[in-house]
Parts: sequence; C-alpha cells; structure tokens
Amino acid sequence: MLKRIFAIFRARNREFLRDRGSLSWNIVLPVALVFGLSWIFADGNRAEFTVGVLGGAEAIDEALHPFLGTRYVDFVPVASVADGELAIARHRLDLLFAVDPAPRYWVNPDSSRGYFAERTLLQLDPDARRVAIRGDAVRYVDWVLPGILGMNMMFSCLFGVGYVVVRYRKNGFLKRLRATPLRAIEFVIAQVASRLLLIVTITSAIFAGTSWLLDVRMDGSYLLLLLVAVCGAVALISMGLVVAARVTSEELAGGLLNMVSWPMMLLSGVWFSLESAEPWVRSVAQAFPLTHVLDAARAVMLDAAGPGELAEPLLTLLLMSAVFLSLAALLFRWRAD
Amino acid sequence: MPAAAAGFICAPEMPRGGRFGTLRAFAARLRVMSVVLEARHLRKLYPGVVAVDDVSFQVPEGSCFGLLGPNGAGKTTTVEMIEGVTRPTAGEVYYFGRPADARFREEAGIQFQDTALQDYLTVRETLELFRSLYDRRANLEHIIDECSLRDLVSRDNRKLSGGQRQRLLLAVALVNRPRLVFLDEPTTGLDPQARRNFWELVRRIRADGTTIVLTTHYMEEAQVLCDRIAIMDEGRIIAGGSPDALLRERYRNVIIELPAADAPDGLGGIEHRLRDTDGMIEISTDDVNEVLRQLAARTRGLNRMKIRQPNLEDLFLDLTGHSLRA
Repeated sequence: MLKRIFAIFRARNREFLRDRGSLSWNIVLPVALVFGLSWIFADGNRAEFTVGVLGGAEAIDEALHPFLGTRYVDFVPVASVADGELAIARHRLDLLFAVDPAPRYWVNPDSSRGYFAERTLLQLDPDARRVAIRGDAVRYVDWVLPGILGMNMMFSCLFGVGYVVVRYRKNGFLKRLRATPLRAIEFVIAQVASRLLLIVTITSAIFAGTSWLLDVRMDGSYLLLLLVAVCGAVALISMGLVVAARVTSEELAGGLLNMVSWPMMLLSGVWFSLESAEPWVRSVAQAFPLTHVLDAARAVMLDAAGPGELAEPLLTLLLMSAVFLSLAALLFRWRAD
Repeated sequence: MPAAAAGFICAPEMPRGGRFGTLRAFAARLRVMSVVLEARHLRKLYPGVVAVDDVSFQVPEGSCFGLLGPNGAGKTTTVEMIEGVTRPTAGEVYYFGRPADARFREEAGIQFQDTALQDYLTVRETLELFRSLYDRRANLEHIIDECSLRDLVSRDNRKLSGGQRQRLLLAVALVNRPRLVFLDEPTTGLDPQARRNFWELVRRIRADGTTIVLTTHYMEEAQVLCDRIAIMDEGRIIAGGSPDALLRERYRNVIIELPAADAPDGLGGIEHRLRDTDGMIEISTDDVNEVLRQLAARTRGLNRMKIRQPNLEDLFLDLTGHSLRA
C-alpha cells in the first residue's frame, strides 16, 4: 500500500514541479498579494468601521451619545474593557467607546482605521477622553498576513487538487489506474501528501520571506505554526477532493470550488474580523476549515498560544480531514462516463 | 450463427502411442488448453440501449483471442467489464476458474483504446510509476528493449508519435509480467508500417507464453494475430472459432473482383454483387476457369481483375448484411 501511495505521490510531485507556469503562479501570486495588500492597507480604505461599545446591547443608543448614531459604523456590545482592549490590539475592533461615567475611548495607535474612527468621534464630541490601551497593539499587516497566507493556501489546496483530479478523470488517466491494484483511498492519500508537501513548503518560504521583509510579529512557536499549517492544508485538500470526487467537467469543478472558496474567503476572517457579524454568520464560519486555521495561526503568532490552547482548533481540523477523506474515498469515481 | 458458437474450446483428443510418453504429452496438452479467462453471460444495459447482450466465451492459456466487430458492436464494453473497469448489469468473469478478483488485477496487463498518461513524466518514469503499483514486476530494461523504447526513455511522454505512444502503452501493460494482456484496438490510427511493427511486437509477447485478448475492427489484424476469434455485432457474438476454420466452414469458393466500369453491358447470367463502397463487382465461384472464360467475352478486359480467398470481412458481411467498417 505504502509503495503504491509513494509511486503516485512522487509522480504527482514531478508533474507539478515541471509545470513551470503553475509553479511560478503558486509562488508569485501570494508574494504579490502580501506586498500589494500591505501597501493598500497601510492607507486603510475600508468603507465601514467596527466600534465596540462597553456594556450590553442597550448601551448602543443614539440618545445616549450622538456618536452612536454615526452612519457606516457597526456598533457592537463589548462586555469588559479587557475584552475590548484585546480586540483593538488585534484589529478586531477599530475603537472601543464608553459613555458612562464620561465619554471615553480606546484606540490602537497603529491602526489607520482606528485613527479615522477617532477623528469622527472627536468631531462630534471634542471632550471625549482617550484612554491608553494596555498591552501591545499589533499592526494590521501582522494581523492580516496569516489571512493572506491562509487564503492562498486554501485556493492552492482546493483548486490544485480539485482540477487535477477532474483532469485525470476526464482524460482517462484515472480509468487506467483503476485497472491496476491501486485503491481509491491510496490514490486519495497520495494526492493529499503530494499537495501537502508542496503547499507547506511554498507557504513556509513565503512566510519566511515576508517575515524578513516586513518584520512580521511572531510571538509563538514556529513548530506549532507549522503544525497549524499542516493540519489546515490536510483539511482543505481533503475538502477539495470531496468536491472533485465525482465531477467530470473542469467547468463544473471550477464552479463548485468557487462556491466553496468564496464563502470561506469572506467569512473565515481573512480580511477583517467577524467580531461584529451576526451570530449565525459566526456559526456558519465555524464549519469552514479556514476559520480554524486562521484563528489558530493568529493565536500562535500574536498571542503566543501553546499546545493546550491550540488543541481545539487542531482537533477540529483533524476531524474535518477524516470526514472529508472518508467521503472522498467513498464517493470517488474513476471514470468520466 | 447462434451465440453458443462462442464457447469453442474443444476437448483434446486422447493421444495414441507409448503409455508414459503419451500421458505426459496429454497432460501437457491439457495444461495448454487450460482456460485463463471465462466470460459468462455478460450483459450491459445503458438507458435505452443494450450495449452487450449475453456474451460468453473462454480464452485458453497461451492463445491470442480476438474480439472482432465494427465500431459500436460492444467489444470495448465487453473487455472493460472483464477488466473490472465497467460494472456489468449481469454475468460473471472467471480467471483461472475463480471469480476475477485482486489476483486478476495483479496478473492482468491492460492497454486501453484511449489512455492519457501523467503529464511531464518521461517514458522511463511512466513505466516506473505503473510498475510500482504491482507486486509482480517485470524487468524494466527488458520491456524497454522488447517494445523498442530504448531511444525514447528520456522523452516526455507527451512528445511521442502515435506509434511510439502505442508501444509505450503496451509496455505499460507489461510492467507486471502479466499472464493475460488486453489490447483494445491497439493499432487504430497507426500507419501501415507502424501497424506491422506492432503486430511483430505482439507476436513476440505471445511467444513468451502470455495470453492475449485483442479487440479490433481490422480483419487483417485478427487474421494475422489471432488463433481464435469471436465476431460481435450489436452487442452479441454472432460467430466464433479459429479464423481459418470459420472461413473453411463457410466458403469453398474464391472471389473474383473487377471494376464495374469494365463491364458496361452487364455480366449476363453470371451471379454477382456490386459493392457500393468502391464500385467493384464481386463474383463468388468454385469454377474460376468457366467464369473467366465468360468474363473475357463480356468485359473490356481483365487487366484490373483480382482473384482472392474470402476473408473475415466477407464473412461478417454475409453474417450481418453490413460491412465491418460501417
């Protein structure tokens, strides 16, 4: 079994590495994304702001303070100053605001979005008092980098595996393999292993490069971060294999993969925090592997999370992988017709 | 001819002569006649179409068995059911007397009609990949030489010509030292020279004792390579046996062909048929001298006339009323 898995694994690696166009694209795109987006977000141009308001939902009332009626701002209740400060430090909130006993606010001095939210508040209430946040604030690029790398990993896992399997099926290569002793689960595992090696290698190289160029913050263990990347990649590749398990047309595969990847890109916290999202949106996001990958990666990089704190997201990712892999092997179709 | 004609392995005759020598020879013949593969009542239904209808046959060890028929006759579906690539609607496949299972996959070599290989791999890497999927492994260097791939081992398999590619696909089918090899339309699309080279290669493989199951719609190919054939049409086997026996059984005549344009006033009382495909007149006779005498009197000349033995194409036409390449 291992011998057959290794044979397919090695052949797929050779195919990928010799396909120069695909290889270059996998390296160039994420690097361009990191630099492009860090430049874009340095200016901060998101249309909406998220402001935390100390207290319950009843605290968000325009009658209590004119700032609470500002348009294009999402106001969300925050239970405690400590929670709010952490959310600001991690760019999940742009500003924390409290009305009682006197209007005061907390803002991340390194957040461009926080700066604009602050300007808006001070225009309405010049007397609002700024409170320095405790603990260290992270730059937006530190917060967004795991998102960008995770997103690139997601696309590479889903499309890299999905399209390849559908192409193999369409051109009859899978049918030829079917006539050998190779079993579906062996083929599936080999595809996961091959893609995993390539993705983890490329993602690690990009991470190292951008860390060096942008001096990205890394408080936790590199080994744990690698573990998060490996578990996340396995879950995402397995998800791609489920999508590709039966499909015979690249067009349909593209549509299905987009249908899976876009909600993840929007709801998994790649670009912005889901702090202010509806509870049902946050529940849906929990079903996406990328959400757990990004939560775990940010916890390691920004909060120096240890193995204990990572157990839950990692176990969730492993469970998802097991379910997706079993489904992919069960549904797997060798032939196009 | 009924479908039952397909089951055509004959019991060996009892040998005569000295007791032990003859017994050994008899035992050897029994071994030669052992059945590698048996298809029993295979049937494949697709919505609104019966692709294969109650097909049964046996393939003796060491033989080259040909499944012959026009495109769409059900040959490929039949072999793919045997290979385990297509699930039969009904029927069973036996390999050495037992239901085909993992042992069959390990010991059978398969060359499909259309097979893509993994991109960006060289000929050698492709062979190594497939060889790694089996526990039974052939000597790769031997196969490379046998299939005349020595000069191509480092070439990307996407850059092979049609004939080179077919040789590679055959080599892929041989990487597990198969006891049984399936060749599905292996020479379709090859030029005549490449086709003949391929036949020579198949002969060499067979000479090593490998059993071959060949599907083809080329009559000549079946006549040259196969010692047993089954003719399929519309999903059924309509005749089976050795090519020579089938032709001997049915034909005692020879066939005279000449262009219709050479006999503008007709052939009078000579029984004949006009081939629509190429405008040739075909006369079947057991008295060539008499027919030639009459033709000499009725035609413009016999320079373009041909006299030949009936072949499988004629047999198929007689059995079905339509041409094999229709």
